[in-house]
Amino acid sequence: MAILGALNPILTVGWDGGAAWRLQDYVKRGGYKALGRIFEERISPDQLIGEIKKSGLRGRGGAGFPTGLKWSFMPKDFKDGKYIVCNTDEGEPGTFKDRDILRGNPHAVIEGMVIAAYAVGAARGYNYIHGEIWDIYKRFEEALDEARAAGFVGKNILGSGFDFELFAHHGYGAYICGEESALLESIEGKKGQPRFKPPFPASVGLYGKPTTINNTETFAAVPFVLNMGAEAYLEAGKPNNAGTKLFSVSGHVNRPGNYEIPLGTPFPVLLEMAGGMRGGRKLKACIPGGSSAPVLPAEVIMACTMDYDAIGKAGSMLGSGAVIVMDETTCMVKALERLSYFYHEESCGQCTPCREGTGWLYAIVHRIEHGAGRPEDLDLLRGITANIMGRTVCALGDAASMPVQGFLKHFRDEFEYHIENGKCLVPPEVQRAGSTFFKATV
Amino acid sequence: MLTKESIQKIDREIAKYPAGRKQSAVMAALAIAQEELGWLPSEAIEFVANYLDMPPIAAYEVASFYNMYDLKPVGRHKLTVCTNLPCMLSGGVDAAEYLKKKLGIGFNETTPDGRFTLKEGECMGACGDAPVMLVSNRRMCGGMRPDEIDKLLEELE
Ligand SMILES: Cc1cc2nc3c(=O)[nH]c(=O)nc-3n(C[C@H](O)[C@H](O)[C@H](O)COP(=O)(O)O)c2cc1C
Ligand code: SF4
Ligand code: FES
Repeated sequence: MAILGALNPILTVGWDGGAAWRLQDYVKRGGYKALGRIFEERISPDQLIGEIKKSGLRGRGGAGFPTGLKWSFMPKDFKDGKYIVCNTDEGEPGTFKDRDILRGNPHAVIEGMVIAAYAVGAARGYNYIHGEIWDIYKRFEEALDEARAAGFVGKNILGSGFDFELFAHHGYGAYICGEESALLESIEGKKGQPRFKPPFPASVGLYGKPTTINNTETFAAVPFVLNMGAEAYLEAGKPNNAGTKLFSVSGHVNRPGNYEIPLGTPFPVLLEMAGGMRGGRKLKACIPGGSSAPVLPAEVIMACTMDYDAIGKAGSMLGSGAVIVMDETTCMVKALERLSYFYHEESCGQCTPCREGTGWLYAIVHRIEHGAGRPEDLDLLRGITANIMGRTVCALGDAASMPVQGFLKHFRDEFEYHIENGKCLVPPEVQRAGSTFFKATV
Repeated sequence: MLTKESIQKIDREIAKYPAGRKQSAVMAALAIAQEELGWLPSEAIEFVANYLDMPPIAAYEVASFYNMYDLKPVGRHKLTVCTNLPCMLSGGVDAAEYLKKKLGIGFNETTPDGRFTLKEGECMGACGDAPVMLVSNRRMCGGMRPDEIDKLLEELE
């Protein structure tokens, strides 16, 4: 999969279906210019952090936290080794943008990490890449070798006296390692179990040292923000929703793939870019920000613009920018059943409400889907989510609960129909047609 | 226990981490051991633990926590099919059903000739390419409709 389309792109300009990823290609596109300018013009770390703050860049990993502000939390006077960590664990169902970023432009991530390291005074960094994309992990290591050989990474970078070592670390199949503190545990060679917070990684991070952790797309944006200037980046999106973002569009569309669009672009425009609804069928619902984000019915999402504020106001989250599109062939109970299974499978098990609660959520949605639902089940589901949320070490508990609440809020009648009739409102043959696995219905 | 080549690979991984932080290389070392041996018998886990100066139980915890480590023998080719929602909408579950029928096995089973093991996977960050499957942890295949699945099975001896 490559980047399939873009509107006023910033990050993906000049990508060539992922083929032009090498250092020389990146330099031709203006790569490592931002880093060079920092040293030439002796831009101070404080100025840099100020520029990132001014740009309004927000974290692209899910929470949308302001990046400049996050960098400013790193203790300035700490001299005993700070870390920069990039989160390419990308396991949130529906999300596949970071893979394409590392495939098409690994050096943008490297340059972004080196700049971040200079801004917060870090001497070492790791990019945590999930284990399922082995070829991408290998490519990133190759890109790192190129960057080292060219003097962009390592000792005395570009003759500036600034040292920064950067390495790749691979995961091996655990969604929870996308949670930042679990990811740090994983780099330390342990089970990926999230830590209690506070303290936050900026005070106690990798090996107990102050650590800045950002998503792949966040780091990749940094050189572009500096090259075009904070104001231009801000203006590329809309207030409070600066810049462009990659959206991974999956599900019932004609051209599933990644699309770069300015934040604030209307959803129908994105849907059109993705080729519209598969087989011309009707849009039923959309999960706009990865599987943890509450689902929105067609009429609500069609009226949304794709940005943090609009999606938030509609009752969901922009999250990682994973847009899961579902047409009228979709059984909403079955869809939720699969998601609930996922969260139960991936719970790390250290908090009781999450470990037990996600199991109950799955068991109840499963029995509704399989014709054994009970009238009291919907209230029971609500009650369980209320008892999980806010009572766990990490946000996976909330991530498992929000889909349940979203599906029940907007598609309660389908769940009730299942419970009353022991079967789905959408006939099985209609459901089967949706996937086009046998191409019969395209 | 492991070949010189594997040990060299592990040494390269250890060098990525600060002095005294060998344990950080455990995920990579276990993956390297698994790649050589096909799966992770407890002696391999113990060997890795000793090599990295960490308690064997800590290495075992890691091996059992992450899904891609195989603590039991698997077939020559492990096929992990993603059935999570985004893939399901584009045939992930159908692909799994097709494979089950074709191979005559269910999830977590191996064909009698030891050629294939079938696994159900979670999102692999490739949903745009659905149906998606991972071959023996290393090779990601997308657009796996019946023809492509047939071709892949033929190719994998
Ligand atoms: C269960 C869970 C899974 C997560 N998975 C990811 C992930 O795959 N990639 C990612 O960048 N952030 C993920 N996050 C968010 C990270 O904890 C963290 O907020 C993020 O990496 C920070 O980067 P940013 O500020 O650039 O967004 C996850 C969070 C939770 C609770
Ligand atoms: S909320 Fe779930 S995944 Fe997160 S720490 Fe608790 S048990 Fe683990
Ligand atoms: S849901 Fe299958 S790869 Fe993402």
